[in-house]
Amino acid sequence: MSEKMLNRALLSLLIIAPWLAHWIDEPYYVSLATRIAILALAGVGLNIALGLGGMVSFGHAAFFGIGGYVTGILASHALNYEPLFSGIFAMSGSTQMLFIWPIAMLVGAIAAIFIGLLSLRTSGVYFIMITLAFAQMIYYFSISWPNYGGEDGLPIYLRNSFPGVNTLQPIQFFMICCTILLTTLWGVSRLQDSRFGNALKALRQNETRVAAVGISPLGIKLAAFVISAMITALAGSLFADLNRFVSPTMFSWHTSGQIMIFVILGGIGRLYGPVAGAIMFILCEALLGSWTEYWQFFLGLLLLWVVLFARGGLIGLLCGDKAHD
Amino acid sequence: MTQALLTVSNLSAHYGVSQALFDVNLTVHSGQAVALMGRNGMGKTTTVNAICGLMASTSGAIIFNGQSCLELPSYKVARLGLGLVPEGRRCFANLTVRENLLMAARPGEWDLAKICGLLPRLHERLNQYANTLSGGEQQMLAIGRALLTNPKLLILDEATEGLAPVIKQEIWRIVATLKQAGQAILLIDKSLAELLPITDACVLLERGTTVWQGLPSSLDANLRHRYLGI
Repeated sequence: MSEKMLNRALLSLLIIAPWLAHWIDEPYYVSLATRIAILALAGVGLNIALGLGGMVSFGHAAFFGIGGYVTGILASHALNYEPLFSGIFAMSGSTQMLFIWPIAMLVGAIAAIFIGLLSLRTSGVYFIMITLAFAQMIYYFSISWPNYGGEDGLPIYLRNSFPGVNTLQPIQFFMICCTILLTTLWGVSRLQDSRFGNALKALRQNETRVAAVGISPLGIKLAAFVISAMITALAGSLFADLNRFVSPTMFSWHTSGQIMIFVILGGIGRLYGPVAGAIMFILCEALLGSWTEYWQFFLGLLLLWVVLFARGGLIGLLCGDKAHD
Repeated sequence: MTQALLTVSNLSAHYGVSQALFDVNLTVHSGQAVALMGRNGMGKTTTVNAICGLMASTSGAIIFNGQSCLELPSYKVARLGLGLVPEGRRCFANLTVRENLLMAARPGEWDLAKICGLLPRLHERLNQYANTLSGGEQQMLAIGRALLTNPKLLILDEATEGLAPVIKQEIWRIVATLKQAGQAILLIDKSLAELLPITDACVLLERGTTVWQGLPSSLDANLRHRYLGI
């Protein structure tokens, strides 16, 4: 099977299944598909850093959580009619997704610049540990931040709104998430084939050689890390709206690991790898989870099998390994 | 005499605590082809790496196009107009030929069409991955990639090493064409028969030190025997 065909099949499944569920009045499955689309989006973000640039970030939960908390904080201020800041930089909250998303991505980008500038000077296990440390720092900060719920998290009483769409309707909210996922996939495919994308792929192979042709390795890696963080923050924002709740769990290393699992299950560096990975993960959770509460044991076995015998993930298994990576 | 493009004065370099270069001196003028020669382990590649900013520990002076580049990181040195074709080719295996070429391209005289004209074998293989190319084709790719950065000075480090005679001839044809077009080149190679006719000056290295500089015609049998072992 060609990769293009499999990608189309995955997309068709992701789009058609929730419409069928909507048609037979099963909103639970629509929410499940929405969750897949959002988590796949987070995986697409991580895949830029991990798959293209070889940056094994174990701290992407930081950006996912930042996206979520920006959404929760803006919405809670808007709903309570409390200004976010007063004085010269006066700013009120908002329940408009079109306003919240850019803010979430901007805050994610600022955090990524700061984390990236410190962590990207290292590599290997040090890079993994620094990114993990930053995410855990933010996690513990969020637990001890009583203004926004602390350990209990922050509820979003009403899902944020989008012009012309009833976001409380599961299928309409799904369509928003799915459109963002498709747009991001298109953007990432363009990025992969651009000079920037090629330099990023080359960096994964030999940084010194890339520098020798006049490309700044740190600049390219930082740009990729920031783009990756912005996409993950956007996913966090949508996730907050899906659950109408944000909690410190979004920042925890479990979340970082989960996003990484989507990428590994689907196929590292494959454009649709995170989509395939998120579908597999959520289906495992839904199907095995209804059978046993120890479903993650079986997910672990699946992950082991993929790592040992299907290095290209599900897509690599069905379409053949990328021979040139 | 044309303007000095690269002037290396009293260059020293270390690998950790071991000193590899002691007072290396060489000059390359615009449009010149200069051969950097010496037996194995005498510091030719180290000199090139130091010039390109790939050595962490260097001292002395490296003036390229009127600008000191001793303290600059390698990517800034390359942006000044120094194109390196490294020993062992080092193409990016996970990129296609086209991607390898365009990744580093900078505006100037050389573009993809002109590279394909100079290196027709690459034109036929633009969509192939670099690791599916033969050694000679990979060498051409490395040359093409360096040329697409539109360098003022092209450095070829053992460009014909390990290649079949017919491919070596092809590489020498390419180098001669570049020289004729006025490209400044710093060459490291062991094939004296092909190297000397196209070079304007030679620099001999012995144990990390410049021991002789002069015209290729002055490189007599005594010097060859003493410093090149031939």
